Amino acid sequence: MPGTLLLIGTRKGLFVLEEGLDGRDWSIRGPLCESWPVYHAVYDGSSGSIYAAAASEWHGSAVWRSADLGETWQLSSEGLGYEDGAGRKVSKVSTLAAGHGRVLVGVEAPGIFQSTDGGVTWTLLTTLAGQPGSELWDDPANQPPGHLGVSAIMLDGDDPARFWAIVQGVGLFETGDGAATWTPRNRGLRADWPRPHEEVGFCVHRLVRSPADGSRMYQQNHVGVHRSDDGGRSWSEITDGLPSEFGFAAAAHPHDRDTFYVIPLDPGHARCMPEGRAAVWRTRDAGGSWERLDRGLPQRDAHLGVLRAAMAIDDRDVPGLYFGTSTGQVYASRDEGDTWQEIADYLPPIWSVEVAAVG
Amino acid sequence: MAEIHLPPTLIPLFADLPRRVDVEARTVAEALDRLEERWPGLRDRLCEPGPRLRRHIHVYADGERAGLETALGGRVRVDVIAAISGG
Repeated sequence: MPGTLLLIGTRKGLFVLEEGLDGRDWSIRGPLCESWPVYHAVYDGSSGSIYAAAASEWHGSAVWRSADLGETWQLSSEGLGYEDGAGRKVSKVSTLAAGHGRVLVGVEAPGIFQSTDGGVTWTLLTTLAGQPGSELWDDPANQPPGHLGVSAIMLDGDDPARFWAIVQGVGLFETGDGAATWTPRNRGLRADWPRPHEEVGFCVHRLVRSPADGSRMYQQNHVGVHRSDDGGRSWSEITDGLPSEFGFAAAAHPHDRDTFYVIPLDPGHARCMPEGRAAVWRTRDAGGSWERLDRGLPQRDAHLGVLRAAMAIDDRDVPGLYFGTSTGQVYASRDEGDTWQEIADYLPPIWSVEVAAVG
Repeated sequence: MAEIHLPPTLIPLFADLPRRVDVEARTVAEALDRLEERWPGLRDRLCEPGPRLRRHIHVYADGERAGLETALGGRVRVDVIAAISGG
């Protein structure tokens, strides 16, 4: 029977959580990757490899890889840099996507690199050049806190040439030709700030797509939660009923296109769950209504933050949900979010959570 | 002959990399070339495109702050330090 593996990227290395036979006791391995800050880690089911995007203050950015579920590791940044004199540099590797025999890594300054040899060497795939305003993306005066970068890449399960990328603070883009050309996919989104270009200037925090219906997408935006019924070509807001329009993390139910999860946060400086009461929110009707899920989560003095890549959902018949906090806790639900259990504590600040079935 | 002393954070990244390596090199850059030949990828951990030393990698030649072009004459101790990082 496959086991469940959680890959937890933290400010002090990668941690691997493995589910016990009883489904409750989780073992923890780590810190891995020599405690480098790990922004995102993924499991590639076709090769059985784990990849971790990491950036050391001392030794720069690299992608770590493990072919034995995290027992041994190697790293490489060969080719993972802009050409000398290009006027831009890879300051951070932010996000990974593995599939169709390749690994993609999104970086800051905005670009996507590709490896077709299992993470040994990398080549630049795209900088999304030519998109409205992209000539200013490298201008320090235009950098938001955290700087601009490709913060997420979402693959299409069937078509290797099609994928989506989020440029932080700019918006969502889709390519249908393997990154040769891109189209902004931000129509209908809200922005509460001036934008010099009609099609970009949106702050997409997290994009997810229904595995049950590829035309159904959801996103947690800086301002509002939004739904698309046409594969991202247009968006409508579904924030009503949530305690905050702001948040980072999101998850789409693997079997029901109308069920979707977010973790609303205080939009101010705190960026924690409101009132110190932890909760995940679920809609079962595509955003028509929302329910608060907090059974098993702390309801007092729990000032928990959850970042954009730090919630994951598995594909079991009754799916499990998992999220990690900026204060080092990991929570799991084995019943679609109805009840929760803390499965790890005292980890470093968590940046990402991914789940995989292995074995 | 230059006597290169490497930071402990570098050691686990490369197979059989010792803390101290002796190389023949006229400059710091050449010394890193020799290390790169034996441990591919090592230069990327110390340098960024330019090339220039990474911001928090400091190099000293016989106790004096050095750059990639610093000449290494005769026997020189080269300390590579991973300097300055928050908690």
